[in-house]
Amino acid sequence: MLYFSKLKITLIALFTLFMVMVSSSNFLDLDLDKQKKIKLGLDLQGGSYLLLELDNEPVIKQKLQSKLLEIKDYFKKNKIKILRLKLDDKLIKLKVSKDDVEKISEIFSDKESTINPYYFQYKAHQLDVKINGDVFNLELSKYGIILIKNASLDQAIEIVRKRVDEVGTNEPNILKRGNDRILLELPGLDNPDRIKSLLGKTADLAFRLESKSSNESFGTEKLKLIETGEELLLSKRVIISGDNLVDASPRMDSMNNQTVVSFTLDRVGSKRFAQATKRNIGTRLAIVLDGQIISAPVIRDVIAGGSGQISGGFTFQSATDLALLLRSGALPAPLNIIEERTVGPDLGQDSINAGILSLIIGFLLVIGFMTLKYRIFGIIANFTLIINLILLISILTLLEATLTLPGIAGIILTVGMAVDANVLIFERIKEETSKEKNNLIAFDNGYSKSKITILDANITTIIAAIILFIFGSGPVKGFSITLCVGILTTLFSVFFIARLLTSIYVKINKNKEIIIK
Amino acid sequence: MKKDYKFNQYYKSLNVFSIALILLSLIFLIFKGLNYGVDFKGGTLIEIRVETEKPDIEVLRSSFNKMNLGKISIKNFGSDNDFVVKFKRDELNDPEFIENLQRNLSQELTQDFSFRRVENVGPKVSSELLKAGVTAICLSLMAMLIYIWIRFEWQFSVGAIAALFHDVIITLGIFSALGLEINLSIVAAVLTIVGYSMNDTVVIYDRVRENLKKYSDIKIFDLTNLSINETLSRTIITSSTTLLALLSIFFFGGEILKGFSLAMILGVILGTYSSIFIANPLLVFFKVSQKTVLKEDN
Repeated sequence: MLYFSKLKITLIALFTLFMVMVSSSNFLDLDLDKQKKIKLGLDLQGGSYLLLELDNEPVIKQKLQSKLLEIKDYFKKNKIKILRLKLDDKLIKLKVSKDDVEKISEIFSDKESTINPYYFQYKAHQLDVKINGDVFNLELSKYGIILIKNASLDQAIEIVRKRVDEVGTNEPNILKRGNDRILLELPGLDNPDRIKSLLGKTADLAFRLESKSSNESFGTEKLKLIETGEELLLSKRVIISGDNLVDASPRMDSMNNQTVVSFTLDRVGSKRFAQATKRNIGTRLAIVLDGQIISAPVIRDVIAGGSGQISGGFTFQSATDLALLLRSGALPAPLNIIEERTVGPDLGQDSINAGILSLIIGFLLVIGFMTLKYRIFGIIANFTLIINLILLISILTLLEATLTLPGIAGIILTVGMAVDANVLIFERIKEETSKEKNNLIAFDNGYSKSKITILDANITTIIAAIILFIFGSGPVKGFSITLCVGILTTLFSVFFIARLLTSIYVKINKNKEIIIK
Repeated sequence: MKKDYKFNQYYKSLNVFSIALILLSLIFLIFKGLNYGVDFKGGTLIEIRVETEKPDIEVLRSSFNKMNLGKISIKNFGSDNDFVVKFKRDELNDPEFIENLQRNLSQELTQDFSFRRVENVGPKVSSELLKAGVTAICLSLMAMLIYIWIRFEWQFSVGAIAALFHDVIITLGIFSALGLEINLSIVAAVLTIVGYSMNDTVVIYDRVRENLKKYSDIKIFDLTNLSINETLSRTIITSSTTLLALLSIFFFGGEILKGFSLAMILGVILGTYSSIFIANPLLVFFKVSQKTVLKEDN
């Protein structure tokens, strides 16, 4: 166990030197492009963590509605008579004549079915079909729902990214979580209120005309004007929607000194807008945002240029926000904030200071204790511990891991537990030297006999750390990472560095009596 | 220097003591329960720093009470100037909530103050976090059981797992009795305790097994005592250095890590104790002998 070839010694030395360089890059500003550094978690550098959940209910309802129409068209084209077709909450009920049941059932279960697709990609259809006599109950299958959710999540992430980018925060981190959640990390942001209010709006914009008839019917709906509370009966037909907008910006209207949002339409939008305004001069045009009317001016003239402006008693801030929302587009479904954690920058700095202070004190205490207890071997153990810390920092750097406050605690704990392996070996060697006169053999035995125990003891901790890594969230994950890496570097430093140093010492003092206290 | 302490004399009395502690902990856990923080209960936590000398907590409490937030709790957090306010809130979507709260508070308070930390956890997320925490602890116990089952004979597994349960239950019992907050970092601490306690037990068990193979004439009662003595220096040194590191976190690591390091300190003390006084008597109870370990080698 104590023999090291020259090559091995060189390799260990080079590796250690390399790791020293890697870890030092955290403290030096070398201004290299690809300089790797340990990232600080939000709890240390300050910032906001938001977990958003997409409320997909309306998207699923909409999808079923369009599926209903699709089925209707499909049956018409294939000349199959439908006796009744309706949507009952999330269930499509399809009644057909008894003679057609078998044929229709085949259509739905056909692997190449166009009306019930996805079989080849997912080994499951879009719709689950249950037949009850002559009534087909169609429901979205698990995959059907996941596909809808994924599509709307992808779309939502795009919109969220645009909105966050427009606000101009520093290196935001936007991640998908599951199939209906978005995790948003905003370093350095200590007041997430503006982002929250921007993300809280779907920004579903529609220009709709006031209905000419005065009583409510299928094609109309009553909506409120935000400013005055006045209720208007609007046609459900959308003339132009947010999709038709190519640009929007806040502006000061010189005519009446009001802040307005001016917008530019795409070609299709301009054409439709021109036609609608031409035909409906004298009617009120309602600008509807998320189910509320922002304003409803009376159309006085044809608007043909493809641009216009929205007024609605805006402040400059609210006009800026509305323009931003319109530029970024509408979210496919409302986003709900289900978790929020914000740490101010001064608390972050306090945490860094406290973490570093306790690391230094813990380190000094352990080093002092080991030196008092084991003297020369204590110094070997301490030197190993320092190398261990350097290795730990350099691996975290190479992994570009995020260091959190619990992560620092994990490093301190590693310092406390890392000496365990050395202690196990030293205690073993102590026993061996009492039986064996030859120092080399005694030390060799000490190392080999304690190997299994050291592995055993460290594997248990690593199991716990891995489970924590899988189930932990946020800062706690940082703890499990440092703990895991710490155990690996401990094993390396004990079996290579400490053993190398011990072997050098023992060889020099081959013929003297060596006593480990 | 040969150590020969008679640990085995105290097996019986300390086992009675441990069982009493476990029962007491269970009584606390069942009847008083755990004091879950916002991570697991949901709600809002705000850490406030008030920039005056010796701010009055009652002034702060009455200003918050005027805001109709339901039941609130206010506690000093570390220094005299820092406070943590907690209350329940199900609707997290009002983006102006915190801003309004800040505005209301500045009307009530004459001193300067700042929000250092705000945490909002919705009911859905908190129940998921709780579930994940409980799953993680159960899984880690199971993983330890499997690991030790592979490495040792079943008598050893039962002993080690009993020691683990002892440590986890009493640590949680103490948290319940003192009403200390259970949050995500406590789950991390419990998992680490599981790892540490196992580590300690395994070292002694390794020695017990080695000695069982070496000496056929020593009864398990004395053999465990011999093994404990042989590994005693290591047990003491490792728990000392670990405790030194943890005490450093407890005293200097800031208020946020207080609960975490306290749980770990309790866990290390209990883990060291249980690997001697729980894990070993169980081997005696199961009448482990040389035959037990030799069977497996064949």
